[in-house]
Amino acid sequence: MSRETFRLTVNGASYEVTAPDRKTLGDALREDCGLTGTHLGCEHGVCGTCTVIVDGRPVRSCLMFARQAEGAQVRTVEGLAKGDTLHPLQQAFIDAHALQCGFCTPGFLMLIVGALEQDPDMTEEDLAHVLSSNLCRCTGYASIARAALAAYPRPAPAAE
Amino acid sequence: MKLPAFDYACPRTLEEATALLAEACGDAKVIAGGQSLLPFMAFRLAAPGLLVDLRKIAGLTGIEVGDEEIRLGAMVRWRDILDSAALAHALPLLPAAIGHVAHYQIRNRGTLGGSLAHADPASEFPCIAVLCGASVDVVGAGGRRTLPAGDLIAGPMETTLGDDEIIVAVRFPRWPEGRRWAFDEFALRHGDLAIAAVAACYDMDGPHIANARVAVMGATDTPQRVPEAEDALNGRAPGDDTFGTAAEAASAAIEPTEDLHAGAAYRRALVGTLLRRGLRASCTRQREAAE
Repeated sequence: MSRETFRLTVNGASYEVTAPDRKTLGDALREDCGLTGTHLGCEHGVCGTCTVIVDGRPVRSCLMFARQAEGAQVRTVEGLAKGDTLHPLQQAFIDAHALQCGFCTPGFLMLIVGALEQDPDMTEEDLAHVLSSNLCRCTGYASIARAALAAYPRPAPAAE
Repeated sequence: MKLPAFDYACPRTLEEATALLAEACGDAKVIAGGQSLLPFMAFRLAAPGLLVDLRKIAGLTGIEVGDEEIRLGAMVRWRDILDSAALAHALPLLPAAIGHVAHYQIRNRGTLGGSLAHADPASEFPCIAVLCGASVDVVGAGGRRTLPAGDLIAGPMETTLGDDEIIVAVRFPRWPEGRRWAFDEFALRHGDLAIAAVAACYDMDGPHIANARVAVMGATDTPQRVPEAEDALNGRAPGDDTFGTAAEAASAAIEPTEDLHAGAAYRRALVGTLLRRGLRASCTRQREAAE
């Protein structure tokens, strides 16, 4: 088992990482880049809590080795706010009470931001399917959906 | 769970990759999207000594819709299939089925080659490949070969691939205009593993069904065609009676698996219900003529 040194680009900044090959992107973000906003839940691709955006696409950072993100643009929850100004989705989470314990929140934020950037035309129903990708054990999801719709209003469904 | 330790190689050519696999004598795994392999490693269901990453090898991506066939590179991701306007037109069944694959983030990374090599009986892509009679191009240390998708799948999580072989592409025969199709799946949540799913396609010869193909997945230990249901469709007019007979035939013919999610009797009933429902919907789903 080798340890390799490589660079990760996260939120526009470059980090030198020396890590064993088996280290996942999620662990490298937390332990080697010091970006502990990304939370790891199940570590086998079920809960979605560790979602980050890699080259514009939301992915689960526990299902990717850090080495595989070499050369890619990675975005984490730390990159959402502009200084003291929260990202509109972060503010919407506060306004809609879309978090209680907060453990799943970074994953939901990155999932929603990434999905709406990747698919700006998605409908409210598509968005509900996207939200079903991640687990939240506190809120029951309704407030998360309200926050997402407040930050990214969807056109009303066409009348039958 | 942290993953077991392994050596990692990221070759730039297929020759290097197959040589590495051959050297490892079965103690290596190919990694493409990693969306099945990493969970398997996390659970210690797999602990390969070497991972050979395909991400730097050129020529494994791309969707080419030709006159005779549709070629999909092994590193084509689910997302690429869902985004392809050409595929939506040429092989509409495929994106319809792939929409059921796992969740949003997984579809952004998972690849069709990985899905075939993993051979999960609840995976959509192998089922569509078997239904459509797709061919799989494989490269090994000793050269290339092509085999039917049905011959690649040997059992649940089991393929006939050699230790040194890598799937490089899958080729689907082109569909005639007007071919009708069906896909329906049952899972606890959309994106969870299928407890049962059915896929079908057929042509219309005047008022009658011709060239019917029916396949089942999730309910059986491999994705497989169901000739009994195909016989019940061919030569008959589409409609509730025909579809009901075909659904009953499929239900009776399969040997359903049992696990903690569902017993055999339930899966048998599900297959009948899904096929009847899917075939009814097929009357309004067909491959349209080019504009």
